[in-house]
Amino acid sequence: MDLYREEILDHYKHPRNFGDLTDFELKDSDRNSSCGDSLEMGVKIKNGKITDVKFTGIGCAISLASASMVTEMLMGKTLVQADKINDQAMLKRLGIPISITRQKCALLGVAIWQKLKLKLK
Amino acid sequence: MLDVKKIKLDFPILRRQVNGKPLVYLDNAATSQRPKPVLEAIRDFDTQHNANVHRGLHTLSEEASAMYESSRATVAGFIGAPADELVFTRNTTEAINLVAAAWARHNLQPGEEILSTVMEHHSNILPWLQLGVTMKFVDITDEGILDMKDFAKKLTKKTKLVTVGHMSNATGTINPIETIIKLAKKVKARVLIDAAQSVQHLGIDVKQVNCDFLAFSGHKMLGPMGIGAVYLKKERQEEMLPFMTGGGMISEVYLDQPAVWAKGAEKWEAGTPNVSGAIGLAAACEYHNRLGMINIRAHEKELTEYGLKQLSRIKGLRLVGPKDASIRGGVLTFVFDQYHAHDVAQVLDSEGVAVRSGHHCTMPLHQRLGLVSTSRASLYIYNDKSDIDRLIEALDKVRSVLG
Repeated sequence: MDLYREEILDHYKHPRNFGDLTDFELKDSDRNSSCGDSLEMGVKIKNGKITDVKFTGIGCAISLASASMVTEMLMGKTLVQADKINDQAMLKRLGIPISITRQKCALLGVAIWQKLKLKLK
Repeated sequence: MLDVKKIKLDFPILRRQVNGKPLVYLDNAATSQRPKPVLEAIRDFDTQHNANVHRGLHTLSEEASAMYESSRATVAGFIGAPADELVFTRNTTEAINLVAAAWARHNLQPGEEILSTVMEHHSNILPWLQLGVTMKFVDITDEGILDMKDFAKKLTKKTKLVTVGHMSNATGTINPIETIIKLAKKVKARVLIDAAQSVQHLGIDVKQVNCDFLAFSGHKMLGPMGIGAVYLKKERQEEMLPFMTGGGMISEVYLDQPAVWAKGAEKWEAGTPNVSGAIGLAAACEYHNRLGMINIRAHEKELTEYGLKQLSRIKGLRLVGPKDASIRGGVLTFVFDQYHAHDVAQVLDSEGVAVRSGHHCTMPLHQRLGLVSTSRASLYIYNDKSDIDRLIEALDKVRSVLG
């Protein structure tokens, strides 16, 4: 099954930058209530650069894996570079066709990043 | 008992392949498939009789009107009601909204309450909450069975309406509606039965159980989407205002004085109705009648017992809902290890097995049971043990794919 290709399963089973967000000041959350996915993400920014990013929560393989990927995509980026991380970039990063019903899973992590971005402005 | 092999042949869609495998359709609590007699009845109307009803004098309109009214009689008869107590709606949701807006809004006095349960589908919670009246919800046990002690406690002289599902779409729990109605009548409360999951699997006679309102959908009982019905007891009709207004539901309209509403069921059917839908739904009722509701329930009960037994053997799988098939319809709900219900459903789909995942429009129930989401395989007349076996095999695949 393409959807559960090795890299995605690896991110699902061993999510990167996953853990406690207590010491993050800038954080936000989002959920897909109908699925039961609920994620929270935090970023630390210093001199216009993302110095740390973490997420936590529960979700399906696709939402957890894609959120894990988003944290990797954000880490160490300047805010100018990170501004380009949007839905299209996320779908491209996943590299597999995502059906309409699974789009909201695949885009949950990046949706939180979009919310955080608004808080920066 | 049912001849399932023969029944399967009536459903063209069951010959389909999904992801290279023969389709096993186990999402019947969401919507059911349509047999040839239903498809043919709709086609016959569309190709031979299509016209608006109750409006024209020409041949097609006369035929369409006669077919629509005879469909009403058939559908009403299916639940033991006379034709003039059955109103066609789009679905159960619209049926319940109709009762909330046209009856409850005008008949509840300040201080009076609506009593429901935590296991209801959202469509039997939200229309009542919109009224802004006091609502109470009867609790359930951890096995998903209605807590009748809690019901007795919450049912008081203030209760004006009891609104309860006959069978849960999420756990398959069959509620003791005869007892519920008897107790409700003692405090002079009216009763609405959400029968979206029961008319087609258990059968019901509205006169025997003596409810005031009963709502159901066509598409969950082999009929088309976009047609459903609500039973409105005659005495309650007299207390009701229109739901929507417009063509078809009036007898006289004036610009400078109040309109005179149509008498009977038409009063709640504003606008051109879904005639071909009603005809398809009547054909679906007849299909159930030919099989016999007692045979349908016996078949599904046996299959439920088999499904519960087979699923309970899978390591790491936890069944949700009653263990006893005599109080459970053909709804097999489970949580599988740490796997998210969506991932389970996706892998099952890759094996051609269609199940539902999520909270099944019952968030309060899931919250009460401490669950985020569940997987649900729901059965019908065209399912047999081989379908359950395919489900069990496909669940093996979940472990091998997701690890």
